[in-house]
Amino acid sequence: MNYETTIGLEVHVQLKTQSKMFCACPTGYGAAPNTLVCPVCLGYPGAMPVMNEEAIRLTVLTGLMIGSNINELSKFDRKSYFYPDMPKNYQISQYDRPLCLGGSVVIEVDGVEKTIGITRIHLEEDVGKSTHMARSSGVDFNRAGHPLMEIVTDPDMTSPAEAYAFLVALKQILLYIGVSDCNLEEGNMRCDVNVSMRPAGQKSLGTKAELKNLNTFKGVQHALHYEVERQSGMLTRGERVIQETRRWDPDQGITTSMRTKEDAHDYRYFPEPDLMPVVLAAAQIGALKATLPELPRTRRFRFAEQYGIPAYDAGVLSADRDIADFFEAAAGLSSNPKAVSNWIMTDVLRVLAERETTLAALPLTAAALASLVGLVDKGSINMTGAKTVFEVLIDNGGDPARIVNERGLAQVSDGGAIESLVDDAIVANPRSVEDYRNGKKAALQFLVGQVMKQSRGKANPPMVMEILMRKLEG
Amino acid sequence: MEFDFNALTVAESRRLLDGGACTSEQLTAALVQRIRERDPEIKAYVTVDAEMALAQARAADIARAAGGRGVLLGIPLGIKDLLNVEGQPCTCSSRLLEGYIAPYDATAIARLRAAGAVFLGRTNMDEFAMGSSTENSAFQVTRNPIDTTRVPGGSSGGSAAALAAGEAIATLGTDTGGSIRQPAAFCGCTGLKPTYGRISRYGLTAFASSLDQIGPMTKSVEDAAILLGVMSGLDPMDSTTLDVPVPDYTKALREDLTGIRLGLPREYFIDGMDPAVRASMDAAVELCRSLGAQIVDVSLPHTEYSIAVYYIIATAEASANLARFDGVRYGHRTAQADDPIDMYGKTRQEGFGPEVKRRIILGTYVLSSGYYDAYYLKAQKVRTLIRRDFEHAFQSCDALLAPATPTPAFRVGENTSDPLKMYLSDVFTATANLAGICAMSVPSYPTPEGLPVGLQILGPAFGEERILHIGHAFEKRLGRS
Repeated sequence: MNYETTIGLEVHVQLKTQSKMFCACPTGYGAAPNTLVCPVCLGYPGAMPVMNEEAIRLTVLTGLMIGSNINELSKFDRKSYFYPDMPKNYQISQYDRPLCLGGSVVIEVDGVEKTIGITRIHLEEDVGKSTHMARSSGVDFNRAGHPLMEIVTDPDMTSPAEAYAFLVALKQILLYIGVSDCNLEEGNMRCDVNVSMRPAGQKSLGTKAELKNLNTFKGVQHALHYEVERQSGMLTRGERVIQETRRWDPDQGITTSMRTKEDAHDYRYFPEPDLMPVVLAAAQIGALKATLPELPRTRRFRFAEQYGIPAYDAGVLSADRDIADFFEAAAGLSSNPKAVSNWIMTDVLRVLAERETTLAALPLTAAALASLVGLVDKGSINMTGAKTVFEVLIDNGGDPARIVNERGLAQVSDGGAIESLVDDAIVANPRSVEDYRNGKKAALQFLVGQVMKQSRGKANPPMVMEILMRKLEG
Repeated sequence: MEFDFNALTVAESRRLLDGGACTSEQLTAALVQRIRERDPEIKAYVTVDAEMALAQARAADIARAAGGRGVLLGIPLGIKDLLNVEGQPCTCSSRLLEGYIAPYDATAIARLRAAGAVFLGRTNMDEFAMGSSTENSAFQVTRNPIDTTRVPGGSSGGSAAALAAGEAIATLGTDTGGSIRQPAAFCGCTGLKPTYGRISRYGLTAFASSLDQIGPMTKSVEDAAILLGVMSGLDPMDSTTLDVPVPDYTKALREDLTGIRLGLPREYFIDGMDPAVRASMDAAVELCRSLGAQIVDVSLPHTEYSIAVYYIIATAEASANLARFDGVRYGHRTAQADDPIDMYGKTRQEGFGPEVKRRIILGTYVLSSGYYDAYYLKAQKVRTLIRRDFEHAFQSCDALLAPATPTPAFRVGENTSDPLKMYLSDVFTATANLAGICAMSVPSYPTPEGLPVGLQILGPAFGEERILHIGHAFEKRLGRS
């Protein structure tokens, strides 16, 4: 029998805020244990939470970006369970009135588009981090209270590849609006996965397993592959899948049972009495909406159409918001967006990769790149000279026209000057001249190269070609 | 010159200090001496830090000599043991917090400190404020100074007893279902539970977050007005405080009640009320009438549900609030445990007393999946009805008069075997917490045996000036009668 896979994700995203969710402690990664803490985030007697407005803003921004409905009245609840990394032994989270409801993210697998529904987005506080030693355990509460946004999808994915594609698409959106650094190694994005199998054609969903400890996107994909095999194997053998939480072991590449439904937590949610409900006026939501950037996907299609660049290039240029903004700025100042795109695709991205840096850190401006493209198009400079100017712009910035003048890189388009260089080349290379006349066309390229070399790269290559051919044929 | 330091009010102490008739050091030393003499029997304090108090007093004297005139400059106060005072123990009268030293000041404490107050020590209470007699303290049973065979009430019993025994000029209590007003009534002092959101709860070790309020316990209504003014106001650390202006409450104190309409909620004058309390109430009502007040009959129809609603909401919130006491970060931790769950179990088993355990179990139960709607959600709906009862009643009167407690102070041990009977002693007080309004107990006519009885004055939200005015007029006339 054939089985269909159903996958839903719960993605936890650490928001990029200066301070924690409910206190003034700074957020940060890598500080000495328990140095970014106070009575509030340590759950001391009498301490009370105070809402971080920026975390609310970033969550609403995310919701708006993916088309969620924003709840004008939302509230926080206490979710009770005991764990040493949980300072109060309840987590302040959102139960039945999350900030955002609904929405969707479009993914693409093997060229096929699919829309993945979003159930809800809510805001909560992160917990501390336990470390286990031989005979004792320690808890670092630096992370406790970091604003954590939980994005819950509908059970819309049907393969591990779709789950992976969703995570990649989501990360791109989150980076686009700058709500999170999405650094997986620092735990900025963590994922729980629900997966079930059912006989093909059956309407109701099969019994699901929840997978935990998934810290990389590849890990999600691997764990899902394993789980699909495990569950379909059980079903094929006529066994029943039980509802349980399973831990992914990346070293062994297997999932193992953590707890079954019988010992599932009863979280005993109730409204957080220490916080007032969050009221968002329609005008506030509207104002945030006005600040939204275009979705990366929408931008990709527009780039291809508006600037006449290949779909692949549009995809690369729109993937990162800084690069896309840079491209748009330069393309807007240039009459040749295609050339601007080529410079970014080949030279700018190469430099960023080689130097492991960001656009913001380079002195190169969009205006300079547009002007460089203009100089090439006007024939004021040839490509060899342009590459030299580009290297200067990358290191020092500046105005390309001025760099051309200062360095004497202007293209020589004076017919008389080029003619005399051509004559010299003909005299100096009788062998090549003879080869050409005997039908060896490649000899022409050699002679052009000799002229260019004598001009120190500045001669106008089409003119060199034209004069050379006239002399050789004539 | 000799003063009876122990009977002094805040206002009187300030006049003496400002006039140079005594120093804060003398005043503080006299109180420390009284505590040494009297407290072995009364057991109002769980901690007395005489050295720190005297150092604060000397600093206050120096400040005063330099022209300082803080509202409470050099005035020694006793603080209920669940308020965080930086550098002091804050045990909440629980084994679980033995050894915990508060790393910060509660906002109310910081404001008292800024006004120059001297902190004498920490007063005993029912463990985590759960109780009505202070018999639930893990450390000691506080005696009622008026009759030491009786309880001082609770949970702020230590604060009330300290005042009645002359062991503090004023004290702080907290009131979740009557924990300021009931002990004030039992010990013959004034206890004010302000409107929810009037005084910041930041630094108050939470019992039931939607009900808890800090309030002054004093020897006069005027003192209550002074302390309330110092502690009140918006606090960025407590999102449930409200930005309502803080007036000079002492300006509201007047001595007649002309034009004031006082409502008598008929549900509070029930059959079977202690006859001495009934007689005291009747006399108090007549006294108000003689001061010019108009007495009107009002109804609070949902009163009968208040104890049930109170114990559902309070225990639900407590079950979460007390979850943090797990031995991981501070306080008691069991000596030997196999794993975290074992550690929690043993730590909490050893650290909490029976009443605290009972309430945690109750609260856990009412929040459990499948029971939430029937208990917690329904209780919240009834709470709304109780709040509306008060809003409706305040349309026909300015304030309500009611007994603070159904009986005078009962005997030590009398109610300990019957938790339900103990819970019913909150019957007249818990409604004000559920409705979030302000209420105050002031000493009224005592019983024929001489036991104090409290007159409760209830006002609308942020109606503190009105109830202080009424309480002050009543206190002055009673004092002359």
